[in-house]
Amino acid sequence: MPEVTPADPAYLKIENLWKAFGDFLALSNVSLDIKEGEFVCFLGPSGCGKTTLLRAIAGLDLQTRGTVHQGGKDISNLPPSGRDFGIVFQSYALFPNLTIEKNIAFGLENTGRSKAEIAKRVASLLDIVGLPEQGRKYPAQLSGGQQQRIALARAIATNPGLLLLDEPLSALDAKVRVHLRHEIKELQRKLGVTTVMVTHDQEEALVMADKIVVMNHGVIEQVGSPTEIYRAPKTLFVAGFIGEMNQIPAQAGAADEVVIGGVTMKSQSHGFARGVPIVATVRPNDIIPHGDGAHLPGGDDAIQTEENVLEVLVDEMEFLGSFWRCRLKHDCFGDGELIADFSVNAVRRLELSSGRMMTVELAQTRMLAFDKPEA
Amino acid sequence: MSDARMGSIPAGPRIKGKLSRDDLIMRGSMIVIALYLLITMVFPLYAMMSKSLSTYKFDLAAYEVQVSGEEGTVFSDPVTFAELNETQEALHAGDLLAGSDGRLGVTQFFPDFSFRSPVNYRIRNLDEDGRFLVGSKLIDNTDWLELDSNTFRRVQLRPKKDIGLGNFTTYFSTPALSDSIKNSVMIATISTIITVTLAFWFAYALSRSCMRFKGLFRLIAMAPILVPSLLPGIALVYLFGNQGMLKEALFGASIYGPIGIIIGSVFFTFPHAFLIISTGLAISDARLYEAAVSLKATRWRTFWTVTIPGARYGLVSAAFVVFNLVITDFGLPKVIGGQFNVLAVDIYKQVIGQQNFEMGAVVSVVLILPAILAFAIDRFVQSKQVALLSARSVPYQPSPNTRMDWIMFGYASLVGVFLIGMLAVCQFAALVKFWPYDLSFSLNNYQFNKMDGGGWAAYFNSIKLGLLTAVIGTSIIFFGAYLVEKSNGFRTGRTIFQMFAMLPMAIPGMVLGLSYIFFFNNPDNPLNVIYGTMTILVVCTVTHFYTVSHLTATTALQQMDREFESVSASLKQPTLKLFSRVTVPVCLPAILDISIYLFVNAMTTVSAVVFLYSHDTALASIAVLNMDDAGDIAPAAAMGMMIFYTNAGARIIHLIASRGIVGRTQAWRKR
Repeated sequence: MPEVTPADPAYLKIENLWKAFGDFLALSNVSLDIKEGEFVCFLGPSGCGKTTLLRAIAGLDLQTRGTVHQGGKDISNLPPSGRDFGIVFQSYALFPNLTIEKNIAFGLENTGRSKAEIAKRVASLLDIVGLPEQGRKYPAQLSGGQQQRIALARAIATNPGLLLLDEPLSALDAKVRVHLRHEIKELQRKLGVTTVMVTHDQEEALVMADKIVVMNHGVIEQVGSPTEIYRAPKTLFVAGFIGEMNQIPAQAGAADEVVIGGVTMKSQSHGFARGVPIVATVRPNDIIPHGDGAHLPGGDDAIQTEENVLEVLVDEMEFLGSFWRCRLKHDCFGDGELIADFSVNAVRRLELSSGRMMTVELAQTRMLAFDKPEA
Repeated sequence: MSDARMGSIPAGPRIKGKLSRDDLIMRGSMIVIALYLLITMVFPLYAMMSKSLSTYKFDLAAYEVQVSGEEGTVFSDPVTFAELNETQEALHAGDLLAGSDGRLGVTQFFPDFSFRSPVNYRIRNLDEDGRFLVGSKLIDNTDWLELDSNTFRRVQLRPKKDIGLGNFTTYFSTPALSDSIKNSVMIATISTIITVTLAFWFAYALSRSCMRFKGLFRLIAMAPILVPSLLPGIALVYLFGNQGMLKEALFGASIYGPIGIIIGSVFFTFPHAFLIISTGLAISDARLYEAAVSLKATRWRTFWTVTIPGARYGLVSAAFVVFNLVITDFGLPKVIGGQFNVLAVDIYKQVIGQQNFEMGAVVSVVLILPAILAFAIDRFVQSKQVALLSARSVPYQPSPNTRMDWIMFGYASLVGVFLIGMLAVCQFAALVKFWPYDLSFSLNNYQFNKMDGGGWAAYFNSIKLGLLTAVIGTSIIFFGAYLVEKSNGFRTGRTIFQMFAMLPMAIPGMVLGLSYIFFFNNPDNPLNVIYGTMTILVVCTVTHFYTVSHLTATTALQQMDREFESVSASLKQPTLKLFSRVTVPVCLPAILDISIYLFVNAMTTVSAVVFLYSHDTALASIAVLNMDDAGDIAPAAAMGMMIFYTNAGARIIHLIASRGIVGRTQAWRKR
């Protein structure tokens, strides 16, 4: 692996990348630094350009403009075979007529390794991905999850400096997917290989990534750690795309106030001028249910911000297993509703049912204000 | 873009990717195969087109003559032949039209010419490009040449070449020629209607009823593919010819003509129509039938609202394929057409019979037009069909219905008897000693060496051609399809290649063969060394059957994961290693299908190679034609059946080989 000088900590440096398909811009002016050993997820809805960016990094579909440096070397116009990466596709792309061993050994041949060395390396890779003894089978004889692990083993066989994963888990069923998430993450940590994964599954990204790159319409919306992305979305798109989010039409009040239907509430500070139409956001699980004693100071059910308390009507309740999803009505929302997720415990304690009135608080620290999108 | 943050792309050069070694190898190979198609198809076709536009005419104004008196020394003033002709009125404008090797004697311009007279003549070209012959010596300068009258007798003018539509004018103003267009279209239309109707009900019986022996009927339906198209002609001669077994059944009408051509065409196009239509019927969705039943639709209504719309693309496609096959077929009308002229035979007559290559080229151009049109419509219709089959379709399973099943069985049996009957008649004819006088069996008719047509050598040449075509053709075509499917970038190159690969299907065999004469028999072409060899036959056959094979290969390749090449490149392995280790083994069933297709077609083809075989490279299918032409009909039938058995054998070997190889190399398919 090439030396990375401390002055330039980015192992993979993407600068001003553009990609046009005819008139359609799939990537507009994308710049991104990825540190050595990092696990980065490109996250976004389909058509946002995340796969295009991955394929540009791999050299499979060259960008129209812009540069890519890997380990300090300009790889902008190199063909895939001139770059240093291993790749795993959603379809696994295992060679169906070759045994598992031969699939893994495919990249080790013609590299000056002896047959014995190759066999040893293949055996150890099968161990690493947890499928020893399966080497003589054909891919079709393995389950989807097993095939994906073989594809992973094949990709890391030659110790590439960069591991690219293109929606590697989306063809698998839910349970296998959750299991493999942890295995891949574990393996990546053990090998320390810089990894870029493309996914449209936000949960996957939140669980696996050191750094998430949220993309939309060919631009990067935000780069940050999973908690940053979740707690402090920089744009309304990110706020809406990651997790559930109430998006409430409102006006800006003072620097840390939003006005919802005439009710002024405290929020995180924002830069909007007073009276500007905005969208106020708060997550369903950042709506705190309060009982009768809530207004008493000092109690364990104490209200944090008196301005953010609303007396609401519980309109509908939906049981989602580990929590209840409630639709709350209040005059300030007009025809709209506030969605709140309450724990099973809270619902039992507060004896909530639809048709009842209750007290809720919209957590000030989680209340954000964004530009109103053009219609 | 509505999004405000999205700017427009900055000016400046695009990133140009460096090509890997593999990219270079793949592009290079693609160019080589494209060049192959250019040389074996595009250039010959161009040669033919330009031939059809070449007109030859004697230009009388291009020569001057002087005549001496009796004493032989005092010459008159120079005068052109045009001026002489005006006074003599020896020749009319129509007499001055000529072929490329036309010659015109000059003594007719001198009414009192005598080769014994002491008069001397002087002659010269007026133009730099004027030419005339003295005996066999070509004079192409403008110097005066003095000749005695005995030598002057041997002066012949050569025609001047011109570019224009003259040949086409001649063609369309000669009813004997242009009537063939009407004849060809009529034959093709009637045959198409009959074949498609018969094939539809046959396919319907096989897919929508629970009748017995479906496998056997499917086999019988495919049998005509294994014989040359002229074989049914021979069978018809035996059945309905002048000494035919069932001659009375025609009530005095002659089998030699449209009736014979149509019956034979139905026979040899049946499998093609059946294959296409049964594919169309097979992809129907059982849920539609369930819906029809639950809506209480009658059988009749279900047929018209579910079955026919589902199969309509198949029907249209089959109709155009059959039309194309019939209108371009040469063997059958040659054998049974009698005096009834059709386009494909006209080409042959013009070229082989009258040595009028320009007119042959004109008929070829005329024949290409309907063929290309039918081809284009068929491609369009087929591209529509893809969307019909959704992954969630449920295949239709017929349920037993005794009455309907027996009706269908009866119908299928009738068609089966027709198809097998034709072959049986040929086999019978081949074994009978001397029809209709001595009906005892013998193998006399198999002593091909005693007949004209090439003998047993022709049969073995055919097998050689079949094997070479299968091996070389499959390699070129599959590799070419791989390159065009799996190369990176190079979009223009790939589009052009794809176009080249689709073109041969639209070119009738006769036209291709004739084009080869024009292109490869040109002494200026360094490739003319292959003229008259086995090589040109292989090259011609590969090109002739390129498209279907290419499409088979493309379909198989498209089913492979698109990312194999990406993975291989990321592992820094050469693409050719991937090709040989993965692509070829996985596509082996398709590769075997292509080889057997090429082999069978090389064995049966007549049209393209009829212009190209030489004494040493006579072929079995050509031998059938020539023996029939020479009146040796029984041996012709015998040779035709040899082709049938060889192809049937090849099919069986192919089947066993496929099973064996697939069993060994495709173990991965089993779970």
